[in-house]
Amino acid sequence: MGKKHETPLLDELKKGKWISFVREMERAAEKSERTEDLLGQVEESYRDKITHWKHGGMAGVRGYGAGMVGRFSEFPEKYPGVKECHSIRLNQTSGFFYNSDVLRKLADIADQHAGGLFNFHGSTGDIQILGLTQADAEDLFQKSAELGFDLGGSGSDLRTPSCCVGPARCEFANYDTLQICYDLTHAFQDELHRPSFNYKFKMKFSGCANDCVAAASRSDLAFIGTWQDNIKINQGEVKNYVKKFNVQKYVLDKCPTKCMWFEGENLVIDDSNCVKCMHCINEMPKALKSGDQKGLSILIGAKAPLVTGPRMGMMLIPFYDVHEDSKNDYEWLKGLISNMWEFWDEYGVSRERIGELIARVGLVTFLEGIGLEPTIDMVREPRSNPFIKFEDEEAGAE
Amino acid sequence: MPEEVKKKRITDVGPHDYHDYLSPMIKKNYGKWAYHEILDPGTMVHVAENGDKLYTVRMGSPRLVSSGFVRDISDMADKYCGGYLRFTTRNNVEFLLENEKNIEPLKKDLEKLGYNVGGIGNVVANIVHTQGWVHCHTSASDASGVVKSVMDELYEYFVEDKLPSKVRIAFACCLNMCGSVASSDIAILGTHRKPPKINHERLVNLCEVPSTIAACPTNSIRPEMVGDKKSVRVNEETCVFCGSCYTVCPAMPIADAENDGLSIWVGGKVSNARTKPTFSKLVVPFIPNEPPRWDKAVQAVKTILEAYKKGAEPGERVIEWIERIGWSRFFKITGFEFTKYHVDDFRLAETSMNYSSHARF
Ligand code: HEM
Ligand code: SF4
Ligand code: SF4
Ligand code: SF4
Ligand code: SF4
Repeated sequence: MGKKHETPLLDELKKGKWISFVREMERAAEKSERTEDLLGQVEESYRDKITHWKHGGMAGVRGYGAGMVGRFSEFPEKYPGVKECHSIRLNQTSGFFYNSDVLRKLADIADQHAGGLFNFHGSTGDIQILGLTQADAEDLFQKSAELGFDLGGSGSDLRTPSCCVGPARCEFANYDTLQICYDLTHAFQDELHRPSFNYKFKMKFSGCANDCVAAASRSDLAFIGTWQDNIKINQGEVKNYVKKFNVQKYVLDKCPTKCMWFEGENLVIDDSNCVKCMHCINEMPKALKSGDQKGLSILIGAKAPLVTGPRMGMMLIPFYDVHEDSKNDYEWLKGLISNMWEFWDEYGVSRERIGELIARVGLVTFLEGIGLEPTIDMVREPRSNPFIKFEDEEAGAE
Repeated sequence: MPEEVKKKRITDVGPHDYHDYLSPMIKKNYGKWAYHEILDPGTMVHVAENGDKLYTVRMGSPRLVSSGFVRDISDMADKYCGGYLRFTTRNNVEFLLENEKNIEPLKKDLEKLGYNVGGIGNVVANIVHTQGWVHCHTSASDASGVVKSVMDELYEYFVEDKLPSKVRIAFACCLNMCGSVASSDIAILGTHRKPPKINHERLVNLCEVPSTIAACPTNSIRPEMVGDKKSVRVNEETCVFCGSCYTVCPAMPIADAENDGLSIWVGGKVSNARTKPTFSKLVVPFIPNEPPRWDKAVQAVKTILEAYKKGAEPGERVIEWIERIGWSRFFKITGFEFTKYHVDDFRLAETSMNYSSHARF
């Protein structure tokens, strides 16, 4: 048995009502000396107010360039169990659905080959198993692969795609988020396992504009469900809501385009002015449903602040008919994505996210590069400066 | 099967097919849900077009969990849900029940095991967070400890529905912002306040100078010879302590026990309901690290939450409330000091200025 460490600071975090990660680490440590040493090192960080992990470190499995994050302790003598303390990313299921059988098998793998600790889940979506050594990697990988769980992404590759619960349990879903997430992850296995991009590239799928997987802020390519025709109104249910709360104040007055009103007792929506924001549907789910012509919008370029500042996804494709395209194995979408990757490959520089590239070369250049026409939905408003680069042909030859 | 074939390595199989983990009721009603209702902050029901009812019991999780935790929830799923369960995008656990009568027994069992049921409706749901001192080398603070401290303090808001709208809290331990700090109602961010220290001896062996220079958002890094060694120089006047150079160059460590800490941000959102998605904005530039309980940071979060609870109208997210009352009133009500650090001075900073005579007195 490894040495038991005194952890007076961490012990404080076993108190209180919220479930304690220290308790979880201690439970894992009962089975794994590695995790006992992890507790010791984290306690030392709490004392010193500084991380005690060395910079970076290589770790991985044969044939893949991604899926593991290498980590080495600053104090390997003091905490031999975390001399190597890598984490491995397993590609989660679409919508994070599991059963008890497979979870127990994953728990066994984590106990046998790592520190018995998980992140359920990493913020990109993967199941992360913490505390393995390079020597464990191959066995852990193959055992999870036998269960049907391949590794997820890391480094300059396609990161693990992720989606909201969608049609599996949400009446707001405008397309099958789980299926497209699954299909595209499979289609791009090579791009996911073998980094070949300038930098990371993330995809996320939300079934409607509520964006429960935060695609528009956490993925380079965000897929947000929407519809093209009219919101379906059940006038009887509207009347029930009117009896329950102030529909005028909390629904109609809050519509961002003020495109709803009452004519007598009937609710009327000017759908040509509706921006599919979901507010009215969220407030009166029994009365209002999205239309029948469902599909999704594609937004591009979201990223965290480094290096040139944070970006939200911006509108690239207002409406993509995913139902039609999925019948052809997403031929159109895959074409669009590979055009983007080619443009990024050609004009991007190392560690430049695609959103930064678009900001640098200009949206129109990017659109020309990937074969799309600019449309008015891509901008909040037209430009207000006159520095326009007219093309020679349009100005006429001399 | 011949030994050789059996031993063949499995690669590129991708994620497991989710269909195998959908309960029969979900499979049957896939894409055919009619509506849902929140029964209490820990339970909701989804009603299918054919009248089938699926109950969800949501349980909080520290995200960093043991194999024991995984076995506990597996046992609960076997006992009450035919073995089926899922996780949410905020790392909560959801038990999917077909029998309404199982709800209360499941909740009681979970309580006995020390778990928390809640997180549905106008609540503080789980805090999306990162690696911290448990696993990352660039962290300016610890994720799990801050999150535990905040959730202990705000526990009532997880188990009871008493806020004007939902409040998303997120944590990241450095400016890489792994997660959703950039666009959350309240965000806590690990922050450095000193430039990196350069190990000139080792830099040339450990780092690629051009990519180190390119990593800097403020162009503060220049190549320089130090003695006979190729190295870099940091312009400390312009360095904003982001740590990006350290991410690419191990010879430029930036962590500093005395000067690292947390900053607090508010008013981000990703949903499009009513108003457009927007970034979180700075409220408190710096709070020192105070392990294990981070009292000052926890109190700052609580101050914001309580002011919002008191001031916002039903249905207003934090940013909608602030934009209605104005940022000057927000600072007045919460008592936070507005300083020069709040005025943006990075690229496109001018878009955040007030081009009008509108002011609140
Ligand atoms: C220092 C090394 C880093 C470590 C150890 C680290 C760790 C992580 C981990 C464990 C995740 C969750 C992954 C998953 O679910 O599979 C993550 C996600 C993320 N990382 Fe990092 N990260 C690092 C560097 C960076 C950098 C350099 C950036 C950006 C400049 C970054 C931005 C992000 C973002 C935005 C996410 C979240 C994406 C989402 O919400 O889906 N990280 N990181
Ligand atoms: S994003 Fe929309 S469809 Fe997806 S879970 Fe959220 S509300 Fe449902
Ligand atoms: S979805 Fe939004 S924009 Fe459209 S009618 Fe409803 S509230 Fe108005
Ligand atoms: S936010 Fe920064 S310190 Fe925290 S896990 Fe991500 S890269 Fe590491
Ligand atoms: S810490 Fe950031 S701003 Fe300072 S030198 Fe490094 S990269 Fe540049």
